[in-house]
Amino acid sequence: MGIGTKTERQTMLEKRIVVCLDVRDGRTTKGIRFENNVDVGDPVEMARQYYEEGIDELVFYDIMASAERRKIRIDTVRRVAEQVFIPFSVGGGISSREEMREVLLAGAEKVSVNSAAVRAPRIITDGASLYGSQCIVLGMDARRDPAMPSGYRVVIDGGRTPTDLDALAWARQAEELGAGEIVLNSIDADGTRGGYEIELTRVISEGVGVPVVASGGAGRPEHLLKVFREGRADAALIASMVHSGDFSIGGIKDYLRERGIPVRVT
Amino acid sequence: MANTIAVLDYGAGNLSSVQNVLRHFGAEFIVTSRPADVERSSALIFPGDGEAAASMGELRRTGLDEALRSFHASGRKILGICIGCQVIFSHSEERDTACLGLIPGEVKRFPRTQGLKVPHMGWNSVRFRFRHPVFEGVPQGSSFYFIHSYYPVPANVRHSAAETEYGETFASAVAARNMVAVQFHPEKSGPVGLRLISNFLSWDGYWDEDGAADDA
Repeated sequence: MGIGTKTERQTMLEKRIVVCLDVRDGRTTKGIRFENNVDVGDPVEMARQYYEEGIDELVFYDIMASAERRKIRIDTVRRVAEQVFIPFSVGGGISSREEMREVLLAGAEKVSVNSAAVRAPRIITDGASLYGSQCIVLGMDARRDPAMPSGYRVVIDGGRTPTDLDALAWARQAEELGAGEIVLNSIDADGTRGGYEIELTRVISEGVGVPVVASGGAGRPEHLLKVFREGRADAALIASMVHSGDFSIGGIKDYLRERGIPVRVT
Repeated sequence: MANTIAVLDYGAGNLSSVQNVLRHFGAEFIVTSRPADVERSSALIFPGDGEAAASMGELRRTGLDEALRSFHASGRKILGICIGCQVIFSHSEERDTACLGLIPGEVKRFPRTQGLKVPHMGWNSVRFRFRHPVFEGVPQGSSFYFIHSYYPVPANVRHSAAETEYGETFASAVAARNMVAVQFHPEKSGPVGLRLISNFLSWDGYWDEDGAADDA
């Protein structure tokens, strides 16, 4: 496993725990645990609450198309940036340099591109040369497929449309184009709360030089431990396991720290 | 203008998070690229992500390089952040760039060794080497948010105010008289980062570097 060896300790950053908020028309779509203390649907309030609990980073995904919705998104980003003093990224339907620009100027640290980058990879290069690689995240959805060289196929449009791309080949190409980070979502594990897809995470994380954020399947703290140790993930994305109120940020961090995973103390 | 903080805008990245923190504290500030505004201010924040050569080029083009030098010489307080913690040194390896030389030293790139991901991006621990008003109340070993590929190497070790491990030990904060500069992003580092910025806002700008002990 290698964690805790001398060489590794020196090169190892704290493992990041990232909370994902799904936003639609400026409202979050999940969040049962907040029923008693905050406005369940308000992404700004939920973000602030997680910030106060010690989350390391936040991701906002929204379903976007119209110009009108873009205005709502920018307003949300701006309000989050005024109150939450940690990095956060915004993704979901971003397909132009102009959209990247407005999200970053409103105060997001990073933007994430997914289906649009598969259709026109140039958006990664454009974004990286304009704003720096550290701002540009590739969101990738992958599905198990023995026919592909790495064993995983890239799918787009929220998993509905298969592509011809091999997950590892696409990850490497995106890195070359200038993506500074990869959020890797397993369509097979997504929503199951049965654990991350370890093999997929390990294959991609060992195959690229940029940080990999594991996504899809988190249900218990053990799942994060496993994806850090065996999946070699740099960060782990969680959603319903904390939105439901079943686990707290502090509890998850304590669990990981007791088992030797370096996490940020707040 | 007497009590105004000037936030330097020289095209090096996004200033919105620095502005959000200053608003959070109700601080009076202006974002400016004009030397005359800098001259009239009581404190200076020198932020930025980006690249040393382009940053220096823009500072020279706008005359902000000279404004920074005379502001520094006047003894008023300065907070450098990220690229603002690099171009204050004499020279950067990044495109072999001559820098401002406010503090003697070099800026170097992280080595391209196996297993070391560059940029250094994420949360890492900061160990302060001595007490300083700007670090007051920030616990030893606190995590701050980093994003950079180059790091400062002060010629005089006493200017190294804090250390962080990433492949090797580097100076993650420097202090020299009226100037403090941090390689990490306090504006993105949660409560400890806010504390550091709030300390800077209330600092009188005086620090006796000859009196600082090398042990915290």
